Order: sequence, then C-alpha cells, then structure tokens
Amino acid sequence: MSRPRIKLPKKVSRNEVIEVKALVRHVMETGNRKDAEGNPIPRNIIHTFTAHFEGELVFHASLGPSISANPYISFFMRVPGPGTFTMTWIDDVGSIITEHAKLNVVWPVHDDRTDETSASNTVGTNIRAQ
Amino acid sequence: MTQLDRRTLLISASSIACTSMLPKEAPAGEDRGPVDSLAPVTPHAEPPARSPQFEEALRRILGDKEARKERVVVKIPPEVENGNIVPYTLNVTPSESDGDDVVRLHLLSTRNPNARVASFQFSPLTGKSQVTGRMRLARSQDVVAVAETSGGVFLIGQQAVKVDIGGCATE
Repeated sequence: MSRPRIKLPKKVSRNEVIEVKALVRHVMETGNRKDAEGNPIPRNIIHTFTAHFEGELVFHASLGPSISANPYISFFMRVPGPGTFTMTWIDDVGSIITEHAKLNVVWPVHDDRTDETSASNTVGTNIRAQ
Repeated sequence: MTQLDRRTLLISASSIACTSMLPKEAPAGEDRGPVDSLAPVTPHAEPPARSPQFEEALRRILGDKEARKERVVVKIPPEVENGNIVPYTLNVTPSESDGDDVVRLHLLSTRNPNARVASFQFSPLTGKSQVTGRMRLARSQDVVAVAETSGGVFLIGQQAVKVDIGGCATE
C-alpha cells in the first residue's frame, strides 16, 4: 500500500458538518480469482478502516471482498474544534497503514468594540472583516 | 441468449473468472456439439434474485426482527458499464424523533459471491448518516442497505442496478 490520501475542506467552522474523503491504493484481492495454473489466489483485502479525531473514534468501516480495488470512502463529521484526524487501514496479511490530517478551524472573529448592533458607537474603527 | 454467449465468452476469454458463477460444461468424451462452441450443455439456470448467502447475511444482521422500508436511500446509477467500480452513496434521512440516530449501516449484495459488502459504524461525532464508496457487482442485481438505530430499530432500502460487464475479481 502506498501513502493514502485524505481530503478535508480547507477552512471549516465549529459545529459545521463536513465531508471527509479517504483513498488508499490496495489490490483488494477477493480470493475468487485463480492464477494461470488454476491455483486460487489467496484473499488479501483491507478489512478495517478507522478514523479518529483527537483520539475519539468518528467512523469505523468493515470492508469485504466486494469493495473495489483502491478503496475510496467518504463519511461525515460535526466539527468539535480544531485538531488532527488519524486514519488506519488494516489488511488480511496484517499490514497497517496510518495517516494523519489536520483540520483547520476558522474561529469566527468577534471584536468587542464592533458589536454590530452598536456599530454607530464605534468611531473610525474596525477594519477586520467578518 | 446473446447475453449468455457474450458473457460466457468474456468469462472464458479472460482468466479473471468468478468461478462460482460458471455454468457446468459437458464432461470430456461426450458430444459437445460444434467443436468451437462454448455454450454449456446443461441449460443455464438463472441464479435466484436473492442468493442464499444474501438471505443468510440479512438474517444475521436482523436476527428475528423486521426491518422497516423507510429512510434508507441507496444511491447507485441504475446502469453501470464496469461492475468492478460501482459508485454508491448510502444515506439515512433524519427522523422526526430525537435520539433515533443511526449507529450502524450495512451494505449487502443480493447476487455477489460475497453478500456482505461492508458495514459502517457511526459515532456521536458523525453528524450525518451518509457514506460513499465504490463496490464490485458481479452481475445485475438489487443492492440492499440496512440501517440500525440507537433505539434498536432496523431500516432497509434498496436500488436495482443493471451491470453491463460484471466484476467480482480485481482489475
């Protein structure tokens, strides 16, 4: 297995529900095939995929031989805050691949001096955009 | 009949074969008809729409419970060319009642050699009961998804998919 790819939205807000996409290269050998001599090719598939965010389990998948080669998977998470995803893929021969991805959370910018309801009170002020 | 010959030819032509799907050929020594004919001697019995392994897999998931035909949406193109890469999106629409979150989602094939395609487990962090991926379909069939809620309720949905060239082996 070569290095997996994880795709996250670039900037997210807290509480936003985001789609997380993961792709890994793997032959996902079903065990149904035979080689040129007629001997069965042993099964070797990724059977387990897990995604943790800041140590907490977000999503878990058990995969069977009917999953396509180079398995692509997408799931969703409600963003609790900034942090790092850790994903693992485990296959039949015991290979374990781990990959990390950082989630950038944009904190809404609130300046006390520029409360929108009292904008008229502020004089020559806030240039920072919302 | 055309479909059968084409399919049989395709299976025989490539060494990638789903052996459980092959029809029986005549034993050696018997008259097989024209020498270049690849048609099976025994009539090709159409496999059931719901394979035994599918029924078994479904029974294992449900136990003795019934599954309600609601909320589970299986989104797959109704016709695909390549059975090796069939994109799917499974979604369980939210319910009106709170606390009815989906805990597990199972994807099943009604006609593949292996009925259990995948099982997904969600968490309180999940936010949306939706999964996307790619699967192999050996032949045209119904694809079934079963959801399990935190309240122990089973929900079921399906989508019929027509597959032009089946795949249950790797590319």
